[in-house]
Amino acid sequence: MAMAGEKGRGRWFVIAVPYLWLLALFLAPFLIVFKISLSQDVVAQPPYAPQLDLSNGLSGLTDFLSQLSLANYGYVLDFSNEFLAAYGSSLIIASISTILLLLVGYPIAYAMARAPRSIQPTLLMLVILPFWTSFLIRVYAWIGILSPEGLLNQGLMALGVIDTPLEILNTNLAVYIGIVYSYLPFMVLPLYSALEKLDLTLLEAAADLGCPPVKAFWKITFPLSLPGVAAGALLCFIPAVGEFVIPDLLGGSDTLMIGKSLWTEFTVNRSWTVSSAVAVLLLLVLVIPIVIYQNIQQRELEAGK
Amino acid sequence: MRKGLTWFNVTSIVLGFAFLYIPIILLVIYSFNASRLVTVWAGFSTQWYWSLLENEQLIDAAWVTLRIAFFSSLAATVLGTMAALALTRYGRFGGRTLFSGMIYAPLVMPEVITGLSLLLLFVAVNFDRGFWTVLLAHITFTMCFVAVVVQSRLVTFDRTLEEAALDLGCPPFQTFFKITLPLILPAVVSGFMLAFTLSLDDLVIASFTTGPGATTLPMRIYSQVRLGVTPEINAVCTILIAIVTVVVIIASIVTKRAESQREAEERAALQ
Amino acid sequence: MGEVMAADKARKETIGAVRRTFAPWKDPTQTPLIRFENVVKRFGDFTAVNNVSLDIYEREFFALLGPSGCGKTTLMRMLAGFEEPTSGRLTLAGEDLAGVPPYRRPVNMMFQSYALFPHMNVADNIAFGLKQDKMPKADIDARVTEMLELVKLEQFAKRKPHQLSGGQRQRVALARSLAKRPKVLLLDEPLGALDKKLREETQFELMDLQMSLGMTFLIVTHDQEEAMTVADRIAVMNHGVLVQVAPPAEIYEQPATRYIADFIGEVNLIESTVTACEGETTRLTSEVTPSPLTVAHPCEAGPGGKACIAIRPEKLRISLDPPPEGTENVFAGEIWDIGYLGDLSIYHVELACGQRLKVSQPNLSRRVARPISWEDKVWVTFDPDAGVLLTR
Repeated sequence: MAMAGEKGRGRWFVIAVPYLWLLALFLAPFLIVFKISLSQDVVAQPPYAPQLDLSNGLSGLTDFLSQLSLANYGYVLDFSNEFLAAYGSSLIIASISTILLLLVGYPIAYAMARAPRSIQPTLLMLVILPFWTSFLIRVYAWIGILSPEGLLNQGLMALGVIDTPLEILNTNLAVYIGIVYSYLPFMVLPLYSALEKLDLTLLEAAADLGCPPVKAFWKITFPLSLPGVAAGALLCFIPAVGEFVIPDLLGGSDTLMIGKSLWTEFTVNRSWTVSSAVAVLLLLVLVIPIVIYQNIQQRELEAGK
Repeated sequence: MRKGLTWFNVTSIVLGFAFLYIPIILLVIYSFNASRLVTVWAGFSTQWYWSLLENEQLIDAAWVTLRIAFFSSLAATVLGTMAALALTRYGRFGGRTLFSGMIYAPLVMPEVITGLSLLLLFVAVNFDRGFWTVLLAHITFTMCFVAVVVQSRLVTFDRTLEEAALDLGCPPFQTFFKITLPLILPAVVSGFMLAFTLSLDDLVIASFTTGPGATTLPMRIYSQVRLGVTPEINAVCTILIAIVTVVVIIASIVTKRAESQREAEERAALQ
Repeated sequence: MGEVMAADKARKETIGAVRRTFAPWKDPTQTPLIRFENVVKRFGDFTAVNNVSLDIYEREFFALLGPSGCGKTTLMRMLAGFEEPTSGRLTLAGEDLAGVPPYRRPVNMMFQSYALFPHMNVADNIAFGLKQDKMPKADIDARVTEMLELVKLEQFAKRKPHQLSGGQRQRVALARSLAKRPKVLLLDEPLGALDKKLREETQFELMDLQMSLGMTFLIVTHDQEEAMTVADRIAVMNHGVLVQVAPPAEIYEQPATRYIADFIGEVNLIESTVTACEGETTRLTSEVTPSPLTVAHPCEAGPGGKACIAIRPEKLRISLDPPPEGTENVFAGEIWDIGYLGDLSIYHVELACGQRLKVSQPNLSRRVARPISWEDKVWVTFDPDAGVLLTR
């Protein structure tokens, strides 16, 4: 809405400050990552070359451009290095985790949305509460439970279910448990808000027209909750692909995930250029789900108006 | 269709909440274990809490973390609220799509990417890494969360209230502080709290962007956790959980009481 | 007691006298307070207001009437300063309003949603505009008290808006917009949220208030009865264009177009052909009845031209007995449907050609069984001065 006198400096200021901040600290860093991914490692400070030197004028720029190369991408995409396997395994682990999250999260969200109105805020708070406590703490809690001498094995052996401790910690199973546990609120909340909005008279109408409850769920409730399913799935899938803490603490040495590979490449091998190439390729993998997620969010917001 | 608690719904909720809470409860219980072996119960003890007080590294880290969390969430609240206003109020402007993209992308961006890219930026501009770089990094990724929270409040905000203020002679800038801000304050506060906890929590981005002398609590905890489970870490975690739980419960009781008072008054008015 | 009644009587006489003679729009020496000159407002491809020129005079109670989306609200919002005209000029007391922001305009608005500030109590809401003017505190308090008395909410000063009923909120909104003594008070569907009884009462209160304050009111409404009740003049809008600007009785009795005739109240439209124009009287024939038709209304179309006779249902007479031979303005038909409204009955009479006429009759007796019933053969007649001829 154009209002007389409102188009002034105030408007410009309110847009410009966060805009410039994000350009400088969110977008510009990606361009730098992209540039460094085309550079080579050197023993210097900073540890990559070439550096853009404009003191020689235009020739500095052309020199700089001519020294850029795709060598790091070749290295990352080489089958003998484990990066490709890590990308693949990350996508598989994230996909399976997202499906598990849906299977675990949907009944919870559904039951919450059908609970009496008076206790819904309390249930909602109970779902959010673990999210407010540290992510690291929640992952750490599982180490004590899943380790060979941990509480789960102790309990099962005491009950006589097993004789020897189960190997769960440092396997992919532990990673799945960790991801499902840590990301559960992110799945339940969008599902709950989609299910809670559902007009219950629709189900009464379906029943009135002769549709039994279970069928009504698949014909009415589930299709109408799909935006929540999509939002929750993407909200879990995208960060899970790049997850580092969970595979690092709960996974084994054979658990391949790209976030962990990037971290190792950076902190152990200290190759900034290769880690940058890994990051650029990871972003390329994720760009489509991120754009879809943004569109869903935008539509939700428009609908709220 | 049936409202209320069928056996299926009760089971879902009970199992779901058991899954969410049992690990945390076990962690808290074992922080009071007398034995150094975390998994063997050897009686009740608070010794690990007392030994925390002597762990200066941990206390330093906690102090650094709190300062970063406080200042970064303050700045993120201001920037995020401005971003939310820009997105909901000013219609189309040049680069709006890019702008909203930069607001939503950080919400799902893997932390390793955000951390690495910010580090490389700080190196490229030759910015000494430490307290300030972590602070800047945290402002950047938490402001987007604030923006989303505040934005969802602003879309349901009745704009005629602002028009009424303008109509009664109040200039736009003052209208924001006298009318808009008091009414969206709950969203701004929860945005602040969200930013605060995210900053308190963050391990990956801080690890990338930090430098000498600015080790945060999650970094300390992480380096100890890698060496194995210790009751001392359980004790730190328990304290953090207790603080968060108390704050969240108080906040929800306060808002709930305000709401029910309001409802009661509304009912009284209609009689 | 006697004094109060005397004062009441005196007030009635003055207001009555003003009401009877108030017609500044007919007086060429008067200068209008508000002028819209060729105002156009476009939103993208959509033209909300299309070339509107309109004068509103001081102390006038002016109504903008039209269906939703006709541009009436946009017109008002341009006056308040929330929208800028795409082209054209808008002046208030001779001053061009272009570029003047809403917070510097001497007009105040009462919003449809009331827009009461939920975090302020009633007194603070009313004082809000006065504080913007940096009025001394004592004066603000005095004015707030005065306003609370005006709207009879003295005991509610410390209440928050959500502690008030709908009618009370409406009065707070009114008091708040009046507190600054604006040159013009804009009312955007001010009574839309009230129930029917309260709305009718409030309409009369608004009229009294406007008279006693001597202020200019501009009301936007889609409710024709409301506009007819309160306004000195009504502007009917459709698709962004002013269709007719006139006092309520003129709008109703002499609609300028078929659209107005149809939009305001009920009307029967009879397509006819002019046979003779005799000054103030026009003779016509129509395919719907063999009877010759006479209307006491001059006709723009000459003999042979097409014209439409518009007659309100209450101006038609209905009878079970045929009129004497040679009577003009007669339609023969059969009762198709009857609507009993208590005070009135509406008869739908189907003519031989299939067209249906609406006839309303006051129910003058308490008899439950009325003489005219379904499928009765009836005759409908009207006087020459009951109809209007429309060519547009």
